[in-house]
Amino acid sequence: MELTAEEQAILAGDQGPAARKAMEILVALGTIYGAQDLVPVSSVQVAGVSYGNVGQAGLEFIREWAEEGARVKVPTTLNPAGMDLEAWPEMGVPEEYARPQLELIEAFRAMGIATTCSCTPYLLGVRPQLGEHLAWSESSAVSYANSVLGARTNREGGPSALASAITGRTANYGLHLDDNRQAQLFVDVKCSVLSVADYGALGYLVGQRAGDSVPYFRMFTGRKPGLEELKTLGAAMAASGAVALYHVEDVTAEARLGGVLGKDVSSITIESLEEGYEALDGFGQDIDLVWIGCPHASLAEIERVADLLRGRTLVADLWITVARTVLQSASAGRLAEELQTAGGRLVADACLLGAPLREMGFTSVATNSAKAAFYLRSLQRLEVRFGSLPQCIEAAVTGGWKP
Amino acid sequence: MIRDGQARGPALVSTQAIGFFGGVDPETSVVVEPGHELEGQAIAGSILVFPHGKGSTVGSYTLYRLCKSGLGPSGIINSQSEAIVAVGAIIADIPMVDHIDISQIRTGDTVTIEGQTIEITRPDTQS
Repeated sequence: MELTAEEQAILAGDQGPAARKAMEILVALGTIYGAQDLVPVSSVQVAGVSYGNVGQAGLEFIREWAEEGARVKVPTTLNPAGMDLEAWPEMGVPEEYARPQLELIEAFRAMGIATTCSCTPYLLGVRPQLGEHLAWSESSAVSYANSVLGARTNREGGPSALASAITGRTANYGLHLDDNRQAQLFVDVKCSVLSVADYGALGYLVGQRAGDSVPYFRMFTGRKPGLEELKTLGAAMAASGAVALYHVEDVTAEARLGGVLGKDVSSITIESLEEGYEALDGFGQDIDLVWIGCPHASLAEIERVADLLRGRTLVADLWITVARTVLQSASAGRLAEELQTAGGRLVADACLLGAPLREMGFTSVATNSAKAAFYLRSLQRLEVRFGSLPQCIEAAVTGGWKP
Repeated sequence: MIRDGQARGPALVSTQAIGFFGGVDPETSVVVEPGHELEGQAIAGSILVFPHGKGSTVGSYTLYRLCKSGLGPSGIINSQSEAIVAVGAIIADIPMVDHIDISQIRTGDTVTIEGQTIEITRPDTQS
């Protein structure tokens, strides 16, 4: 690999032991994946933030790097944690879990990382531009940045993302290179795809067939998908498959520029979403918990929930997971209060996929997120109903699922 | 070579990939993945020889913690390295060599790693 003089100096330890190790990680990854050099990144999204996931091992490592003086060189944000970092006591999170979780966040903060914990950094003022190189973790955020924004990032793990944050660089391979951003699978969508749940079902179906290739969608409907539909589509394909980049004709950044669809690609036709709904939706009649916000909800999604709820009270629990900055906007606009009056709750900083939902007494969950439905079943073995947002809110109001 | 260094110890060889997160107990270094060919064996102090890593990227941290508490392997030899084990070896400060025909090494051999070079000493089985 070709390294600049500055990169070689970091590798020699000129910027301290943590920066040296960070550079070693990038050079090793570059060597393994055949990179010719490193490229500067404009932002980093770090995974491995939930204590329940990284455990004592992760905490000790992050703390050591922070104590060795590791500081980030580019704007860096965090993935969701295992709990709401402020409201955890009232949510029944045990203190022996909460304490190391808070210590972990403090160690990240000491490195200069913004401790807004969210899977949607692109909703929080981090807006990468077309062609910008990034080092992001979190499969749904990686997909959004690559596809919708046209920025360039591989799917990073926790340590490799941190290494990029500390050095301001990443190894130049994979989706950083033009050739690997070409579509390899043409998806002809012949049925109408309207709601967020529809886009999730579509993503589930295509992710299964696409594996880690790059799909190109031609949509049947006239209405173009917006932010919420696209984040759901990408999240679902990264769950049922390993899609890190997709194109939608006339919609996503590079598809609008053209030239991403070659002639000799394999193709599939989607005639109906039924198979996707069947795979994601279960059979439970009673609903304990309705979860909206996977990936984290936008302000517009919270407003939609509040509109559907207006004047009604809830039988089941209703949780909307959000970034803390979105919670603050919602609180300022009294949306949070409105939801709370009805019996709902905005949960900040956290991802429920890592939360001990069974231990918290939940057995059946309804959601409009295909990614959430997919993982709640496979990881937590919960009874899951999957459907549109109005269906989910109806379930929260009545405590039962109506097909 | 992924990480330069020197190490010497008894080889512990697996023909199967190893996932450190959930697959190796960080408190004891014992392989706990059900059905794994090394299940029940401690990796502490060994030159751990296996094709490549697998599973969650959190496995890098598991390897780090094992080594920090003195329960890690002394060195790692892979036939083909990937990100999880490579990153783990770097942050844990242990030598790691890749692109090796691991079928040449048997459990119980004494293996010395010197940077890129590997030396295998086999106990005399003739006598």
